[in-house]
Amino acid sequence: MSPPTAAAVEAVDVHRSYQLDGFSVEALRGVDLRIDVGEYVAIIGPSGSGKSTLMHLLGCLDRPTSGLLRIGGRDVATLSETELAELRNRTIGFVFQSFQLLTRTSAVDNVALPLVYRGVPRRARRVMAEEALTAVGLGHRLSHRPGQLSGGEQQRVAIARALVGSPAVLLADEPTGNLDTRSGAEVMGILGRLNSERGVAVVVVTHDPEVAALASRRVQVRDGLVESDSAADVRAADVRAADVVAADVVPGEAP
Amino acid sequence: MRATEAFRVALEALRANRLRSALTMLGVIIGVAAVVILVAIGSGAKREVETQVEGLGSNLVLVVPGKFEFGSAPSVSRLTLSDIDLLGRVVGDRRRVAVTISSGESVRVGARESFVTVNGVNENVPNVFNRPLARGDYITATDVDTRRRVAVLGSSLARTVFGDVDPLGRQVNVAGVRFRVIGIFAPKGSTFGVDRDTEVHIPVTAAQRLFGVQRIDALAVKAPTSDAVKPLQRRLVAALQDKYTGEEFSAVTQTEILGTIGRILGLLTLVLAAIAAISLLVGGVGVSNIMLVSVRERTREIGLRKALGARQRDILLQFLIEAVLLCAVGGVLGIGLGVGVSLLADAFSPLPAVIAWWSPALAFAVSAAVGIFFGVAPARRAGRLDPVVALRTE
Repeated sequence: MSPPTAAAVEAVDVHRSYQLDGFSVEALRGVDLRIDVGEYVAIIGPSGSGKSTLMHLLGCLDRPTSGLLRIGGRDVATLSETELAELRNRTIGFVFQSFQLLTRTSAVDNVALPLVYRGVPRRARRVMAEEALTAVGLGHRLSHRPGQLSGGEQQRVAIARALVGSPAVLLADEPTGNLDTRSGAEVMGILGRLNSERGVAVVVVTHDPEVAALASRRVQVRDGLVESDSAADVRAADVRAADVVAADVVPGEAP
Repeated sequence: MRATEAFRVALEALRANRLRSALTMLGVIIGVAAVVILVAIGSGAKREVETQVEGLGSNLVLVVPGKFEFGSAPSVSRLTLSDIDLLGRVVGDRRRVAVTISSGESVRVGARESFVTVNGVNENVPNVFNRPLARGDYITATDVDTRRRVAVLGSSLARTVFGDVDPLGRQVNVAGVRFRVIGIFAPKGSTFGVDRDTEVHIPVTAAQRLFGVQRIDALAVKAPTSDAVKPLQRRLVAALQDKYTGEEFSAVTQTEILGTIGRILGLLTLVLAAIAAISLLVGGVGVSNIMLVSVRERTREIGLRKALGARQRDILLQFLIEAVLLCAVGGVLGIGLGVGVSLLADAFSPLPAVIAWWSPALAFAVSAAVGIFFGVAPARRAGRLDPVVALRTE
């Protein structure tokens, strides 16, 4: 397991506002959050709470309007568009509610897609993608296209794709939202296993309390603020204090 | 992402929308083919005329009254037969001077009649022009002096009025007067569908009486060497202006005629190519249009690729290559079509066509450039898409 002091994601007083028809809408109003390497966190909140915005920020798809956001140890405010893309590619793995697979592309090529943008040669890509698919139990479905797979299988392909680049953080946005109970449980089982076996930090954004219950830490978001955090003492001022950090990580080690 | 990767993705995308790709390409194909075909026909026309002028014979100087200009009405001629001797003295040999007087007349044998150009000539035509006979003899000095009614016929005219009968020694009716056929010209073929083997040569003296005129239309002088052409040109005009004070005469060489025709046909080719280029431009707009549709359709895919780490330029490259590929493949097919049609036209129609090596190369370069030019705007749009917004698109 990774050293407990390493922060995968660190947000200090993060604001994000949008211009909507001339009005400024504040989706996030000063979020403090630190997620360490190897943690399993659920971000919970009703729709409109700002959890999607938070997820986009954590995934480097967006930048805060103000505040400090550090992903993989780098301040995103200082990064160019290209550097942000590279950071996404190396540090973040995405799992979406609607899978977001390329429909005309085989499972193995879908999984290899992030490696294309990392410049990994074709052969090595295939080997890595096959490994990732085997890890999610789809070693026998390599050349199937998304249309030939069940919803649960498609989401597992998406997880393999998120996993293939060995990211520090796996961001899952309502990963079970489009799945039946059994497939959903299967997908969550895989996410839990990846977290415990590989030490990859898993952040699940959901409004399903059952899904959230699987995580070792729950962060409740409401009205653009972190309302409660089961790792209670995490505050921006304390983020750099080693004792707090150590205490913070403990629940993550017992999934 | 490397270019080969972007290339593969672009190819995949084009293959996924076969019909649409084909129709988009069709615009480019037609544009490129039009450029190739029209340039081929323009070059063909130019070559045809050049061969024709060169075929007249070498080191030729044509002497005509008035100013020699394309498009200006011919001047009334004051030249007479005595000028043969005058110009013969200038060039140093009377046998190097030929004369012509032409008129459109009807030629008839029995019930078969044909309306053709009848040329009154002197015996020097074979020395000056390159006009070989297939059979029989040409008009002699005696024929001219004695105003003998003899005629030399073009090969296809002979066939028209005589059919399968051997014309040599037979009578032919030219403008109501009977002439005896003494020779048949070797065939020259046709240019732009116009038969060049329908003329009739008769002695100039007989022609003057037949047409009821004293003048002659033009003189042709053959210089002994190509170096002698230039000075001869000046001396011929000077000699005539000495004799006919205040009159204007022109002496033109083949090179000058070729130059003038070449300029006119070159311009014509350029205009044709420009018109064809417009259709290529329209094809390019079609490519741009389809690329915009493609970007919109694949917004989610673009968002996903960005989320997975694609940089702006990766996306831009992918769509740009797609556009260039459409144009390049269309360009190659268009060149194939253009060359094919040009060769067919050359073989099976009166239109001559010559494929200049540069025209397919140019057409391809232009179509690839069109791809880049019209692909950049949609590709940039794709590259700049916000991944958050793109992923949310339905």
